[in-house]
Amino acid sequence: MSLNSAELDAIYLTLTLASVTTILLLVLGTPLAWWLSRRRGTVPAAIEAIVALPLILPPTVLGFYLLLLFAPQSALGHFWQQLTGTQLAFSFSALVIGSVIYSLPFVVQPLQTAFQRIPQGLLESAATLGARPLDQFRSVVLPLSRRSFLTAASLGFAHTVGEFGVVLMIGGNIPGETQVLSIALFDYVESLRFDEAHRLAGALIVFSLALLFLLYRSNGQTGWRVRT
Amino acid sequence: MSGLVLNIDYTADQHFSLKLDCELPTRGITAVYGPSGSGKSTLLDCIAGLRAGEPGSVVKLGSTVWQGPNHLVPAWNREVGYVFQDARLFPHLNVLGNLRYALTRSQQRDTISLDQVITSLELNELLQHTTETLSAGQKQRVAIARALLSSPALLLLDEPLANLDHAASQQCLRGLQKLSKALQLPMLYVSHDIEEVAQLADYLLLLEKGRLVEQGSLLELCSRLDTRLSREERAAAIITASVKQHDIDFDLTELEVEGHSLFVNRLTHSLGQQRRVRIPARDISICRSRHSDTSILNILPVTIDEMEHSDGARILLRLSLGSQYLLARITRKSAMELELQVGDKVFAQIKSVALLIETSDAA
Repeated sequence: MSLNSAELDAIYLTLTLASVTTILLLVLGTPLAWWLSRRRGTVPAAIEAIVALPLILPPTVLGFYLLLLFAPQSALGHFWQQLTGTQLAFSFSALVIGSVIYSLPFVVQPLQTAFQRIPQGLLESAATLGARPLDQFRSVVLPLSRRSFLTAASLGFAHTVGEFGVVLMIGGNIPGETQVLSIALFDYVESLRFDEAHRLAGALIVFSLALLFLLYRSNGQTGWRVRT
Repeated sequence: MSGLVLNIDYTADQHFSLKLDCELPTRGITAVYGPSGSGKSTLLDCIAGLRAGEPGSVVKLGSTVWQGPNHLVPAWNREVGYVFQDARLFPHLNVLGNLRYALTRSQQRDTISLDQVITSLELNELLQHTTETLSAGQKQRVAIARALLSSPALLLLDEPLANLDHAASQQCLRGLQKLSKALQLPMLYVSHDIEEVAQLADYLLLLEKGRLVEQGSLLELCSRLDTRLSREERAAAIITASVKQHDIDFDLTELEVEGHSLFVNRLTHSLGQQRRVRIPARDISICRSRHSDTSILNILPVTIDEMEHSDGARILLRLSLGSQYLLARITRKSAMELELQVGDKVFAQIKSVALLIETSDAA
């Protein structure tokens, strides 16, 4: 069983997309999760609801609005074109933006839960010992939520690998640019090429299973339940 | 003045506010005493910078202003050590890691050494232990050590012994006293346990419902009839005595108080050493004449200095012994029958004497 070059391209693209998305999600999701974990009120509740929205919306709904937003006629699409000289819709950048939004709850929620479990008292104690807020975060919050960072990153990565609807709407099906694994698989099925479809689908199952197994095994000792 | 100046106005909600204006000595240990809900912990939080009083509040230690008009120093820039009731050790660091956490962030490295702290608080065996495996007493000793290693100019302690058994709390108290003397570090010690306060404090701050009720030296406040302290069942006066001689035959030590003898269980202290002694008011009875046919060993000639006016069953007397005072709680009936009056010379029969661990040179 060997994969052809188009399939290898799709796999490479998928992994690149998932990696870039995961890094961006950690960079954006960590401060957002921290803010949500330390605030109560209407505004944080509203933000929390928006972050959680991709959990219940059909991906095509999200994809549809993102497509409108990314189109050259829209303000954002126009601005992007002015800035970079290329179209935003049906580009790799569009996939990254879409994936970040789509996978946001999978990163923010485990981090937020972990941050909420860190007693305020420990941070106060760190403060009286001379730790500034950023130092408190680095020296107390990060080590105490290390496992949750692993969970968040794995879930964000896995969820991006597995997405389909959003990618289809805003990325189209351009080999090497936006044709990710799930789209390539859809292509095979549509053209009744079941052997190739089996190969790709099987590879995706093995990969996802391996990732989740590693994740659960590393969380096993603490009995951490991964929330999705 | 170079004291600890506190002018705090802090409102938590409509049910509780803390308002006080005082200046405290920066020598020795000041106890903040009051019932729960009186604002003791809130006061410490305001001093540490974990809560900020209303604009206009002032917190300063000597010439260092932590809060003043248009000036608020954040907690991490205040030279304050804080020992919390629940220790608050970092669970991801072992004991040594917790100590180093403070040491690496301390602004002045030379005030106290790691070795000195480890020895004083008897932590040598524990350095590599994780914090979960420690007993409550061990946790508090680590917390005290950690706070000291941040080289504070003021140490705040919020009921650090509240969850400890007697032996563990005595061990902590010994360590604290040693360090207080060795480091000349002022401490503010919150407690609702009068015996702890009596052992440790030089100065006392009485709080009730967020207000300052009384402040003064421990010995003075303990001997007054008009404070909260004397209304408590366990009210007791504290006097200082020096070790006069040891009686090996009877296994007793004779202390000298204002020229009179006081016998206690034999001590190991060298002669001439000062001890603080606590005598509960309910353990003193009054006689008009000195009885020789009694088993009570300690009988001191005293003068009635003040009598409480009360319609209850019991009244409180303040008795002067030289320049020191004792308290006695007797029934009003006995006082009537003995026709006790202020100025009368009587004898105080003392049933029990509690020795406090060490006397302090302050106050």
